[in-house]
Amino acid sequence: MFKKLSLAALTAIGLSTGAYAAGGEAHVEDYSFSFEGPFGSYDQMQLQRGLKIYTEVCSACHGLQYVPIRDLSALGYNEDEVFAYASQFEVWDPELNDGDGDFRTALPTDQFPAVTSANAPDLSLMAKKRAGFHGPYGLGINQFFKGMGGAEYIASLLHGYEEAPECAPEDFPGNYNTVFTAGGYPPSCLNEEGHHTVPGSWIGMGQPLWGEDVEFDDGHSNSLESEVEDVAAFLMWTAEPKMMQRKEAGFIGVFFLLLMSVLLYLVNKRIWAPIKRKG
Amino acid sequence: MAGIPHDHYEPKTGIEKWTHSRLPIVGLLYDTIMIPTPKNLNWMWIWGIVLTFCLALQIITGIVLVMHYTPHVDLAFASIEHIMRNVNGGHFIRYLHMNGASLFFVAVYLHIFRGLYYGSYKAPREITWIIGMLIYLCMMGTAFMGYVLPWGQMSFWGATVITGLFGAIPGIGESIQTWLLGGPAVDNATLNRFFSLHYLLPFVIAALVAVHIWAFHTTGNNNPTGVEVRRGSKAEAEKDTVPFWPYYVIKDLFALVLILAIFFAIVGFMPNYLGHPDNYIEANPLSTPAHIVPEWYFLPFYAILRAFTSEVWVVQIASFITGGIIDAKFFGVLAMFGAILVMALAPWLDTSRVRSGKYRPMFKWWFGLLCIDFMALMWLGAMPAEEPYASFSLIASAYWFAYFLVILPLLGVFEKPLPRPATIEEDFDAHYPPKTHAAGTTPAE
Repeated sequence: MFKKLSLAALTAIGLSTGAYAAGGEAHVEDYSFSFEGPFGSYDQMQLQRGLKIYTEVCSACHGLQYVPIRDLSALGYNEDEVFAYASQFEVWDPELNDGDGDFRTALPTDQFPAVTSANAPDLSLMAKKRAGFHGPYGLGINQFFKGMGGAEYIASLLHGYEEAPECAPEDFPGNYNTVFTAGGYPPSCLNEEGHHTVPGSWIGMGQPLWGEDVEFDDGHSNSLESEVEDVAAFLMWTAEPKMMQRKEAGFIGVFFLLLMSVLLYLVNKRIWAPIKRKG
Repeated sequence: MAGIPHDHYEPKTGIEKWTHSRLPIVGLLYDTIMIPTPKNLNWMWIWGIVLTFCLALQIITGIVLVMHYTPHVDLAFASIEHIMRNVNGGHFIRYLHMNGASLFFVAVYLHIFRGLYYGSYKAPREITWIIGMLIYLCMMGTAFMGYVLPWGQMSFWGATVITGLFGAIPGIGESIQTWLLGGPAVDNATLNRFFSLHYLLPFVIAALVAVHIWAFHTTGNNNPTGVEVRRGSKAEAEKDTVPFWPYYVIKDLFALVLILAIFFAIVGFMPNYLGHPDNYIEANPLSTPAHIVPEWYFLPFYAILRAFTSEVWVVQIASFITGGIIDAKFFGVLAMFGAILVMALAPWLDTSRVRSGKYRPMFKWWFGLLCIDFMALMWLGAMPAEEPYASFSLIASAYWFAYFLVILPLLGVFEKPLPRPATIEEDFDAHYPPKTHAAGTTPAE
């Protein structure tokens, strides 16, 4: 019901808090990620799989310029493994070659390389700069219960490629995606009121994942469904690497504040008792 | 210092007397903390402490953030990510600061509406009210400039839109806008001056807070009955009041700690809920976001700004009379600032002799409607500028002005207030009857 409501809301009005109110409707699947909710935490194995998918597929075009490579130790890799991972990248070092600069092998202290292909946005913060859930009617209720939905958006988008609908001319540029709403849209797919007749829009990026794109050492499933979730979880981690520490600090804060509120309640009751003639 | 009669600090030892005759700072602190406070204050009187805490929280977290932030258009966005990833505890400090602004505004709106309901703005507390409004304006300026610093898409485009408001001033507007921005468009000069002022204004607020407290410590707190504390003698005053310490310090701390538990839950578990995802996209002057939406606490006034389009007859008349000098854009700007101005003028617009809304049967309904109106404006401010929201915005904006300019002045004439207790003591005893002679003090008037 909630989903239907939000879908209807999205269709009816371009929702204010959404990044993509410009387009038509788009259904973002509410995936159940391990890191959701106050008690949720990252699944280290999933993040490792996501890193592998990123490295072997996404990194061909997309960078992660804000993520230091050394942070990969949080994914359970030891120092040697992080060094080995870093060494596959070349970075520009302006101090080499007597100040003229030169390329060298990357170290864990370097960041992941930035965007390597024109028009491919950096993915460091993608899971935070997109929202999967909105409304209904700008009230923020869906985001409150489901979260902002950045990772869900990424997974849905990667899973949202479909055969272009018949209304579109064959030479219409881009790739039809049912979740991406910020792209191009052929006028022939608009009805008389100017509304979209098919969900989503046309995205520049060709379908990157098809299933069985990578092999996992532990034989974990590499179906498309599994891959999109893994890479979305990994990108949530790149966007919010300190999520676990944040939740932990939140818990400690809430716990001690509630404890203190009990004590203060009792103190307050006691000092006011004679004034209120209850003592 | 004038005020409610109470015990003052008496220096006893030699060193105390020596200090007191040179700098009576201990006496000042004593008088401030031991101020006689009406003993019937309810839970709406806690927001002052929450606000003081917010100011301290924002200044302390802000000072730490400044140590790692770089105010430059090419580096600002990356320096925020540096704080989020590399600085020890930086992610939590930044989320505290981000959401601290929201807590600050939640508290200030409840504080203001408390004042509006219990008539705290009325004589003799007009100056307290005006200072409060100045603090609120400074808060809005500070929050707005702070939101620009991360240099995300909403930072940049929010700054463009809001500084554009000054550009709507006829004749000199464009020059003022250029002067504010330090150039023809939002750029590095803008970021630098906003950073400078974002650091400065909180200290201006702190000074205004001191004056705010000074003013209401002179007049005494208002209270839910609106009946003044008796000041004939110390003994009489003590029947209506308790000292601030420990009674209200502990009560306020209890409330603060509970509110902070909710605050920490939001910071810990959903820190980006109140923010806009677009602000995690680095500012790009070449790409305008589909919807430019201010932070939630500006939405009511943003709705008023947008409500007055060129189709509204009031705007057309204003434009006709002034020969086009006041166009729809400028009218919107005037309306937005006017909405705050009419609130600041409440002490002189409210003609009722009764202070507290508790004893004003008609006022209660109009005030309730104002609260709903405020929430409606907040929602409408986030909605796209199209029907039916545009018409709703206009109606809601009209009510905001009507409340202050028409309803408050007229209510004082037409309304028949309910009987009020003669003293605070009487009101208090009605709630907490004395044990020995329970029936003795209750009949009102």
